[in-house]
Amino acid sequence: MASRVRQSGRNEAGSSESFRRDRVYRHSVLVRATHWINLVCMTVLLMSGLQIFNAHPALYWGDRSDFDSPILAIGAERDAAGQGAGVTTVLGRTFDTTGVLGLSGGADIQEPRAFPAWATLPSSQWLAMGRRWHFFFAWIFVVNGAAYLLYGLARGHFRRDFLPSGWDLRHIGRSVWDHLRLRFPRGEEAKRYNVLQKITYLAVVFVLVPLIVLAGLSMSPRIDAGFPWLPALFGGRQSARTVHFVCAFALLGFVAVHIVMVLLSGVWNNMRAMITGWYDLGDPGGDRG
Amino acid sequence: MDDSRRLARRRFLGGAASGVAALLLGGCDKLSESAPFVRVLDSAEAVSKYVQRAITGRQATAAEFTEADLSPAFRSNGTHDPDDAGYQALARNGFADWRLDVGGLVERPTQFSLAELRALPSRTQITRHDCVEGRSCIGKWKGVRLSAVFDQVGVRSGARYAMFFCADPMDPFGNKYYESADLEDAYHPQTILAYEMNDRTLPIPYGAPLRLRNERQLGYKMAKYIMRIELVDSFARIGGGRGGYWEDQGYERYAGI
Repeated sequence: MASRVRQSGRNEAGSSESFRRDRVYRHSVLVRATHWINLVCMTVLLMSGLQIFNAHPALYWGDRSDFDSPILAIGAERDAAGQGAGVTTVLGRTFDTTGVLGLSGGADIQEPRAFPAWATLPSSQWLAMGRRWHFFFAWIFVVNGAAYLLYGLARGHFRRDFLPSGWDLRHIGRSVWDHLRLRFPRGEEAKRYNVLQKITYLAVVFVLVPLIVLAGLSMSPRIDAGFPWLPALFGGRQSARTVHFVCAFALLGFVAVHIVMVLLSGVWNNMRAMITGWYDLGDPGGDRG
Repeated sequence: MDDSRRLARRRFLGGAASGVAALLLGGCDKLSESAPFVRVLDSAEAVSKYVQRAITGRQATAAEFTEADLSPAFRSNGTHDPDDAGYQALARNGFADWRLDVGGLVERPTQFSLAELRALPSRTQITRHDCVEGRSCIGKWKGVRLSAVFDQVGVRSGARYAMFFCADPMDPFGNKYYESADLEDAYHPQTILAYEMNDRTLPIPYGAPLRLRNERQLGYKMAKYIMRIELVDSFARIGGGRGGYWEDQGYERYAGI
């Protein structure tokens, strides 16, 4: 976030009064570009990742797959009456997930597959193609992320905008309360990220994303040969696969909350800020269109 | 703006969003069928291969485990029992009549019996087998070092790949499994032609009488039921021309990830 502020005077048609609004140049061009590239990468990586997961829809802990004791398993079963059902087992507990996990499809034909067609890339079961999408966009994701990281470190973006101040941390309770009431800062306060945003972005950029990349690399037999400590860090290749899966859904959860917050705190203002860079300080909840 | 207009706009935006999503998904499926686009995706394989080899080094060895780590139930991958009359006849006789044929770009094309292979320098290793589908099993393998076989036949200078031709038919037309290994992997000290698994003669589901262990690659690179090894300078005219049965189905030839 840069501190450049633009005073914009503007007459609204049909209104006799003119007013001034403060706009702040919030996102640099590199942050904006990497943000949208990231969106494409994360979408493709998630969906092609689910395609790959579908090839063996079970997770384990340790170096090897002990097929009798998965942490998570998704499958299809047929009951005595011949009726199919999607079954998901998590830590020994079994759930009926027919229609979404294990067994899904149209009204006429149900297909046994872990994640449904609308969630995977390609939509049909096609492991080889899923892997191609995944590894190509993994490289883009890494290069894009590295550019963002280097820029953020060089320009002090993380230190200036992400690192919570002592004041921030002391008033974390207030920030939680504000979020619960869906009260969003305006004016001077809106120039900075609030403390929950700061902590979340730090966790995503410096914990979650590095973790998912390293866990992904730990599944590579050649990388494991060069860096045996890497799979060991996770407790083995199958643990790394589990961590990779959990991180993917943690990132999905982050994105879901991120989108909700963008919608609640002024979708047009936020979108303009991430496209043109300019964020309107006086227009936090405004939905003027 | 009144509520009904706001609602209408929300509906419109919601509809537009799901429409765009459906278009994008359909578009991605179309792209997967487009040869030029898939070639773009394919470029990642060369990048992965180059970077992985550069940062790990040629001699990096796969982790070796202990007896305590062995999988209680090692799941066999691919073919479990080749549906081939010639193979079944060899199996009935305990592979006494089986011979490994080594040829192509070599000085001395040779046929090896199992006893002759057992007499060559061997290696025993407990390693993790990673299937392309995502699961891992740990097994103990004993076999002849592929480099020792190469020393016997004398690899000629133009050779770039070792091709493995197998006994297991993969389709109703009788096309049989085949695979390739770059010479860098073929000469690696952990690359062996295994004739024992978990201290027993290699069982049929795991590739009897001889299978490849190429420990820094995924499972499908490790050909089972090997009948013939050929040193070649190109695999363009073998099978579908991509260097292996699964490669011809669209999987990567470099299976390091």
